[in-house]
Amino acid sequence: MIEISKVSKVFGSGDAAVAALKDVDATIQENEFFTLLGPSGCGKTTLLRLIAGFDHPTGGTIRLAGDDITYLPPNKRPVNTVFQNYALFPHMTVAGNIAFGLEMLGQSKTQIAETVDKMLDLVQMQALRNRYTTEISGGQQQRVALARALAPQPKVLLLDEPLSALDLKLRKEMQIELKRLQSETGITFVFVTHDQEEALTMSDRIAVMRDGHILQVGSPRDIYNHPVDRFVADFIGETNFLTARVAGKKVKLTSGDVIAAGDVSRHGEGAEVTVAVRPEQVRIGEAGAKGGIAATVNQTVYFGTDTHIHLKLGDGSDLVARLQSPPSGESGLSQGAAVSVQFTDGAVQVLES
Amino acid sequence: MSTSLEKQRARDGWLLSAPALVLLVFAAAGPLLIVATYAFLTPGDYSGVVWDFTLKAWFQVLFERDIFDDSISMADAHLSIFWRSIRLSLLTTILTFLFGLPTAWFIATRPAKQRAAWLFLITIPFWTNLLIRTFAIMEVIRYDGLLNKALLGIGLIETPLRIMYTDTAVLIGMTYVYLPLMVLPMFAAIDRLDIRLIEASYDLYATRLKVLTKIILPIVRPGIIAGSILVFVPSIGAYVTPRVLGGGKKMMVGNFIELQFGAGRNWPLGAALSLILLLIVSVALIFYVRVSTRSDSDG
Repeated sequence: MIEISKVSKVFGSGDAAVAALKDVDATIQENEFFTLLGPSGCGKTTLLRLIAGFDHPTGGTIRLAGDDITYLPPNKRPVNTVFQNYALFPHMTVAGNIAFGLEMLGQSKTQIAETVDKMLDLVQMQALRNRYTTEISGGQQQRVALARALAPQPKVLLLDEPLSALDLKLRKEMQIELKRLQSETGITFVFVTHDQEEALTMSDRIAVMRDGHILQVGSPRDIYNHPVDRFVADFIGETNFLTARVAGKKVKLTSGDVIAAGDVSRHGEGAEVTVAVRPEQVRIGEAGAKGGIAATVNQTVYFGTDTHIHLKLGDGSDLVARLQSPPSGESGLSQGAAVSVQFTDGAVQVLES
Repeated sequence: MSTSLEKQRARDGWLLSAPALVLLVFAAAGPLLIVATYAFLTPGDYSGVVWDFTLKAWFQVLFERDIFDDSISMADAHLSIFWRSIRLSLLTTILTFLFGLPTAWFIATRPAKQRAAWLFLITIPFWTNLLIRTFAIMEVIRYDGLLNKALLGIGLIETPLRIMYTDTAVLIGMTYVYLPLMVLPMFAAIDRLDIRLIEASYDLYATRLKVLTKIILPIVRPGIIAGSILVFVPSIGAYVTPRVLGGGKKMMVGNFIELQFGAGRNWPLGAALSLILLLIVSVALIFYVRVSTRSDSDG
């Protein structure tokens, strides 16, 4: 659907030149919910603006359904955008905003009225159709922005952190809503966010970006369970990092314990590696349990559904375990208690050191 | 307790607004009342008024009585002066808008650091006396002035243009003098315009022309209206510019009123003309307000 090849973007020139994107390659499939995820300044919004046509790349090409659209202006692309703060037209009503793109395309009045009606139903804004966009709430503005961008039936919908201005509860609702809209309309969504949870819950595939590069592209499960490097593992969810050396098909932690880990065949015997394990894959048992790693409880933090247990291993390295909170809310693990720790099979990932 | 506190508050309120009230009474309401009264009195022999109630001044605005046969006819000269004033003021408003919009846009889209400098350049003429500015424009447009020399120089014309003492001269002068009054409110409006609205409309298939007419102009409309009022109101009452650039022949209402209080020695007529000018301005203002509120309610 969208083929991004060798795309680079440099802002400014001379000494002040800043490379926002460096030779980025990506392919976005038809009907896909594709997310660009990364911290601020990673180039994700720049990439989105290049696809929208607001900026043009310094190098490389962007193709849409086989056509080269690299230098096409935004009004010539079958691509619409939902802006971060919605950018609704303040001098038009809700219905007027939704109709705008259709009017610009020169559609007939009856056709426009029909589509606007359909869109108002789709985002459940029928009751507020004649309100001005300054008179409705943030969540409602969000829906109007979506309807406005979907009305011309673009091939691709671009969403630039559209949920960041909403409060937590509304954000969760809109996450589900967006997913529903995407599957109902069958339009390719390209979604930009810095919120890893948002990315994980909605996306078909995620591209994790940093410093103008795409580090990894994969399904949420892929990215979460098999991060390619320390940055990805750290950015997506919480992770424990432990230093280890390859010992046969296993790894030996600095604490001296030998544990099973993912594929170590890339690394030579004795090579130093970092292993990553998610807190929810850490199990805590009674001290001295067979095959367990000795640890002491340093602190317990209660999060409602979960309780985080901060542990210290034999060599002083930190490890966090996430346990489901029992009905009483008391984990029964007091500070200083000696325990043993085990990792779920296949949960330990080996990263480049 | 609470009622005495309220009384105290009310008294303080009056005290605090006293300077404004004094100013309103002495600077606005008082003089206006004097003008309104004089319009219904009889002119004195050398100047001033005689306290003798008559509607003669109002009659003189529209009609004139022939001194030989006492026949009554329309005062065409008076009407043409009013018509010229309205026409030139409207044209000035339109011209300042056409030059002012790109100027305001240019300034509003400069980096924040440069904007102050550009705005300063726009306001520099305000620091100069109006009379001097008008004479400066005269230097440009007179028979052997800069404009003619330049046009002759590049061979665009073969004989110099006679611009001085025409309506065109007055129009050029007023456009120059009042341009900043159009630029500043439009700059403020464009400065507040969210650039993403332009991107959004461009994204929704609008052409550049549609972006201008459907998004930019409607949103900066309050600035355009404010600028138009700020230019139209002083234009229609302009005195110095038409006097210097229009000479004695191309009078505007302001000059005509001055004539009545000076050489004409007809204060009541001057007062009546002033009130009519006030009426025209008020009608224009009400019209502007109507236009601006209507656009708010039908989108």
